[in-house]
Amino acid sequence: MNDALDVAVRLVVVFVVFLVLPLVVGQTEHKVMAHMQGRLGPMYAGGFHGWAQLVADGVKFAQKEDIVPAAADRRIFQLAPAVALLPYLLVLVVIPIGPSEGAVGQVVDAGIFFVLAVMGVGVLGSLMAGWASANKFSLLGGLRTAAQLLAYELPMLLAAASVAMAAGTVSLPGILNAFHWWWLPWQIVGALVFFVAGLAELQRPPFDMPVADSEIIFGAYTEYTGLRFALFLLAEYAGIVVLCGLTTVLFLGGWHGPWGADGLGWVWTLLKTAVLAFVVIWLRVSYPRLREDQLQKLAWTTLIPLALAQIALTGIVKVAIS
Amino acid sequence: MPEPTVRQMPVLAADYFHSYAVVGLLAVVGVLFVAVAFGAGRLLRPVVPTPEKLLTYECGVDPVGEGWAHTQVRYYVYAFLYVIFAVDSIFLFPWATVFAAPGYGATTLVEMFIFLGFLAVGLLYAWKKGVLEWT
Repeated sequence: MNDALDVAVRLVVVFVVFLVLPLVVGQTEHKVMAHMQGRLGPMYAGGFHGWAQLVADGVKFAQKEDIVPAAADRRIFQLAPAVALLPYLLVLVVIPIGPSEGAVGQVVDAGIFFVLAVMGVGVLGSLMAGWASANKFSLLGGLRTAAQLLAYELPMLLAAASVAMAAGTVSLPGILNAFHWWWLPWQIVGALVFFVAGLAELQRPPFDMPVADSEIIFGAYTEYTGLRFALFLLAEYAGIVVLCGLTTVLFLGGWHGPWGADGLGWVWTLLKTAVLAFVVIWLRVSYPRLREDQLQKLAWTTLIPLALAQIALTGIVKVAIS
Repeated sequence: MPEPTVRQMPVLAADYFHSYAVVGLLAVVGVLFVAVAFGAGRLLRPVVPTPEKLLTYECGVDPVGEGWAHTQVRYYVYAFLYVIFAVDSIFLFPWATVFAAPGYGATTLVEMFIFLGFLAVGLLYAWKKGVLEWT
């Protein structure tokens, strides 16, 4: 009975985190972007600096009419948002935020493997949406999404493999147990590759060619409205949380910090994740959109060679010190 | 000695399935969440379809031709490249967990460089062929 209760509590916590953190990131994005551009951002909803803006947005989305175009492939069109959203929920359960047994939803031995495999499924949602909409812009957006995934999944995989080599395990808590501070300079190239590739998989600016609003409206999501559109947006922000959390765990040492790793380890994890999320927003404000061919070129001619070099470096250092 | 292995097996298997059972339960929670959200949404929102509303949206003018138009799939070469490289890279993970263990060492490292060499030559070949550049 105790076991069942334990599992239930874990599931509820993971689910609440999954619903709350993306909204926090979204609201932060509103405010940070606004201030970087010399505006105020939302100020009215909720009274204090527009803190309830996203709640208000949610209420609006929930009461909007749900339109499925007559030409669309109805079932696939309606299912796509769920396929895009749920993988991020599943990934969240294996990310450890503290050293103790209670600070992770569920330890999965094949951690990195599981995470990379499940995250790849999310893109299927965009592909389904793009194809099922029966809209030329959506189709173009969907194809661009697929091409982007193909190009950036590989550097991400190679960078993650480098960490697995350094730690000698693919389990996420296992990697953090093996972590030392000098891994930071040692794995810095892999960290950059992983983070950039992750941004591209989430289709965040400057890698937002698949949803480029000035040329293909909103890519695969053009025909969506109401609740289903909201789920796609939630998937994007949940993706930011997951990517920042993973980068923290794999490359920045997770719960390790200059002090207090035992009791306050989870604070370090959350702090690092928050800083990375801020960087994600900062990049959106700072960089212009990459053209489609520039996108592909960056992945194949820069990130993949860098990731291969990182693997070679990791291998040499690891064998030299053991 | 096979005996200890046999004795340990059920415990290991139970642990293994337990961790994925929790993941599976979370998937059920997720599916329920989506189902409830869609169900509640159906009760909350108006449904007033008109032919104009159900028309495919293309820049505000009436759509021309079918949505599933002929598209040049320029990306298929990338798909090939991806499949080749990614399937190779998957083999890195089991290797990564043991390559520095006692008894492996330098030989395994050399093997890794041969593997990386294959990948690099493949990439260089694709580059040389002009697959990686469009302009």
